[in-house]
Amino acid sequence: MQKMLSIKLLIVTLAFISGFIIMGVELLGGRILSPYFGSSIYVWGSIITVFMMSLSVGYLIGGKLSLYHANLSRYGLFFIFAAITLAPTILFGNDILDTVFVHFEDPRYGSLLASALIFFLPTAILGMISPYSVRLLIETAQHSGHVAGRLYFVSTLGSATGTLATSFYLVLYFEVNQILTTMLAVLLVAGSCAIMANKYVESESE
Amino acid sequence: MLNQKANRFLTLLFVMTPIIASAEVIHEEKSLYRNIEVKESGNRRCLVFAVKKGDRNQTCMDLRDPRKVVFPYARMTFAGLLANPNPESILVIGLGGGTIPTALSELYPNTTIDVVEIDRAVVAVAKKYFNYVDSGQSNVHVVDARVFIKRAGIRAIQYDLIILDAFTGDYIPEHLMTVEFVAETASLLSERGVLVANTFSTSALYDHESVTYNTVFPEFINFKMPNTGNRVIIASRNELPTPKIMHERAQQLEAQLSNYGVDMRIFLPFLKRDRDWHEDVRPLTDQFSPANLLRGS
Repeated sequence: MQKMLSIKLLIVTLAFISGFIIMGVELLGGRILSPYFGSSIYVWGSIITVFMMSLSVGYLIGGKLSLYHANLSRYGLFFIFAAITLAPTILFGNDILDTVFVHFEDPRYGSLLASALIFFLPTAILGMISPYSVRLLIETAQHSGHVAGRLYFVSTLGSATGTLATSFYLVLYFEVNQILTTMLAVLLVAGSCAIMANKYVESESE
Repeated sequence: MLNQKANRFLTLLFVMTPIIASAEVIHEEKSLYRNIEVKESGNRRCLVFAVKKGDRNQTCMDLRDPRKVVFPYARMTFAGLLANPNPESILVIGLGGGTIPTALSELYPNTTIDVVEIDRAVVAVAKKYFNYVDSGQSNVHVVDARVFIKRAGIRAIQYDLIILDAFTGDYIPEHLMTVEFVAETASLLSERGVLVANTFSTSALYDHESVTYNTVFPEFINFKMPNTGNRVIIASRNELPTPKIMHERAQQLEAQLSNYGVDMRIFLPFLKRDRDWHEDVRPLTDQFSPANLLRGS
């Protein structure tokens, strides 16, 4: 019983972290794109469109994957893959932007394509976490709405916190890439925790 | 004599605010970026970017004498001509009412002027209410300045004079105040090119901004007039002229500039080269550019 509770607490915490990072990265997206496409309303339009698109795809895939042998280990892999796909943003972000900038004169479609190339994969993978979390937390169909509601609450609260922390404070003290690298490290740690927790659960049940 | 003139400018500055407060609004619109108003009172017509805290006048025109440059900071911009008195190509970032490009196109009829303005509505207002003419000699491009400058860099376009006047006072476009941006702008300067940047002289931002420019330009002229709240940076790819040369040029330009109400001789004592800022602060970069937060602190 105690163990179930701590596993649930872990999942909820990880969902909060993913929510935090999704919005933190989205806000930094404006910073990353502005040297190339400016900070006009359409640049934000591009970023928000790409994040919403990738989240919607992520929800779909995450939900689908939760049908097959859902466990904490796979859940942890989402975080690891999100971290891996975030790395090119830090390492090659400017090269990608340079290339798009040279080939697309229209800053609207230029910024849309650039945000898609840079942010689609990590955001989609982070989007997979929410429905998968619901699956891991649910015990009975009757409580599914309640569980889903609580999870949205926590992950969206994470997003709100990520937005506020990034825009009010993090950018005042750190460089964009320092913040992104920290987020990447947090994702790796979060994923590892989930995988280790899975081993722990399995060894107990044997 | 000098003090008397300086005093007149100051008096003008203080007197202006109440006049405008009782002005009649002759045009009002919400653009993509801000609320724009054109206000008129007596002989003065002003372009106002209205914000809650209090209106910010962008440009004012004296209707009796439309060529006259009304704002002290706009007059200060002309000091860039002391570093290069004969620019053959000019880039102006930020149109406002078009006072500066209009004056420059009259002063240098054979010089091409590119003007970059992000807000299409400002261009329309400048044409309709402030006599700005897109003449072919002077061309306005509706685009973000950073985008324009990056593209101009790829095309290896060069300018003899670049005037950066993009800061409206309420919100700073942070991507236009970084080491990378200043370097990209500097790369557009021709062999004798001069960069004139109209910036801030108050708050924590002053130190950060000074260090940012200093990272790209080892030396620049730091031009502040008493009580304006503005600071104009004058930088060059080559060595800056000596005070003696600038003094001579101010005298040579005097006749031409008097039509615009600009007397550069009063600028001379304020064209300082010493670093009066804290040099241990971080320069602003594309990675670190909390300009608006710094300004509030």
